[in-house]
Amino acid sequence: MHPAYSVILFTTASGGGYGLLVWLALAGLLDLVPTEPWLGFFGFSLAFALITAGLLSSTAHLGRPERAWRAFSQWRTSRLSREGVMAVATYVPAGLLGVGWVFLGHTSGLFALAALVTIVCAVLTLYTTGMIYASLRTIPQWHQPLTAPIYIVLGLASGAILLNSMLQVFGLCAAWSIWLAIACLGLGLLLEAAYWQTIDGALKQYTVEAATGLGQMGKVRPLERPHSQPNFVMREMGYRIGRTHSLTLRKLVVWFGFAVPIASTLASFIPSAIIGGVASLLAVAGAAVGIVLERWLFFAEAEHVVSLYYGADRA
Amino acid sequence: MTSLPATTEKKLGLVIDLDTCVGCQACVTSCKEWNTGGYSAPLTDQQPYGADPHGAWLNRVHSYEVGDGPTSQTVHFPRSCLHCDEPACVTVCPTGASYKRAEDGIVLVNPDTCIGCKLCSWACPYGAREYDYGHGVMKKCTLCVDRIYNEHLPEEDRIPACVRACPTGARHFGDLGDPDSAVSKLVAERGGFDLLPEFGYKPVNKYLPPRQRRDASAGSSPSSPVESGSSATGATADRLFVWLDRILSR
Repeated sequence: MHPAYSVILFTTASGGGYGLLVWLALAGLLDLVPTEPWLGFFGFSLAFALITAGLLSSTAHLGRPERAWRAFSQWRTSRLSREGVMAVATYVPAGLLGVGWVFLGHTSGLFALAALVTIVCAVLTLYTTGMIYASLRTIPQWHQPLTAPIYIVLGLASGAILLNSMLQVFGLCAAWSIWLAIACLGLGLLLEAAYWQTIDGALKQYTVEAATGLGQMGKVRPLERPHSQPNFVMREMGYRIGRTHSLTLRKLVVWFGFAVPIASTLASFIPSAIIGGVASLLAVAGAAVGIVLERWLFFAEAEHVVSLYYGADRA
Repeated sequence: MTSLPATTEKKLGLVIDLDTCVGCQACVTSCKEWNTGGYSAPLTDQQPYGADPHGAWLNRVHSYEVGDGPTSQTVHFPRSCLHCDEPACVTVCPTGASYKRAEDGIVLVNPDTCIGCKLCSWACPYGAREYDYGHGVMKKCTLCVDRIYNEHLPEEDRIPACVRACPTGARHFGDLGDPDSAVSKLVAERGGFDLLPEFGYKPVNKYLPPRQRRDASAGSSPSSPVESGSSATGATADRLFVWLDRILSR
């Protein structure tokens, strides 16, 4: 599948934003951090900025972005529509919680309820994003149980790294936020490894013989293409990268997305504001590169069944 | 609107005969010609005279070589929307632009409400939908909905443009929901099949398999004069008779 940069930016940036909302809401709900206005202002602004930038970026993927509002209408059947609805609905409880935290300095009562709803909505948004891909039977690498959990866990991990880094900068560093980031990253790495193992080991069940229905006559080989230049189907669905290339990229994902952030986050334990601050920013930078690469690979390694008509033997 | 109708009154569709298709691409060009001026027009092309010409076409004809050795065959394989009974492309649509008509089962895209998100093309295993880079919306076979009911056209033209153009009669149009229709009978008679039935999208369009070649059995044990060697001296007259022998024994 062709990796569309607008969609990669959307799923990674918004993913981090929703993850950050989850942890801010949880921290507010459990009084894990002081409900200091500046911390709240910075945290919610960052989360909303990431989410909004991602959502705006996703409209760049559309042929007719001015009609994007129509995408909220078909939530009964369309997972993309559900994602759109959830993504926008999350602004309401999160905004309310932000108001309580920043302007009224507390997160109890109504705001505690808003925090709970924020957590549910943000996690559901990450889930609906993952399910857009996981529900596509035409792309076997996506159509599997690990896809949606990876979207959720990587979103939460990005959010946890951002929160930890923010607490560092505000001098509020706490052991729980360090361990939280490390736990999320560890879980993410496990899921990612399992995902790669699954797609590498999967039996490709669809053949060109099945796609053309000509299997009874023998092996089917392409003789002439229907067109001289790649068409939309080939450009969008026929994207290929070499296996060796993708293995190198996977290593980079592990280094940038997981190894660097885990090591840097651990460095937060060093009782030095400068080292801790620099290390936590390094964790953010590493994770940004690693998770963008991970998302790029998620697309680039996915093979669409339609490629069978264009010369792929199995898919 | 992206919810599918429980049933459709008719199941209009195509039956494509892989035995008689000669891969001439007449259906491809007549489709493009009609549809660039019909429903959901235009079908734009990018760099039509440049280095990388491409564009939105609703019908593509592949050519495959099937089988090995002397019995192998060239099969021309037209590919367009199959107007599935349970199309995933419709239910994934976030705007309701994609829909399946309850009256005749035709799957259409409303070009005025499509946002060009391309998810429907990802959901289709048949590669039937092509995004129009110039128009910014998704395009697909309309089964020439603007021809088949069009009373301004002579009656013989009220069939899809591809069917009208086919010089070998390899494309048939009709109601596949009616077991007594000509197309349904043809499918029953010739053993018409679905593409990728395992997806469960229940394509309405059917494909008729290539017929067994009459000389298929001779392929592995050649008996023509050339191969048996007795009379073949390589003279022009001999070769003419060998050729005639082949043609007549088909």
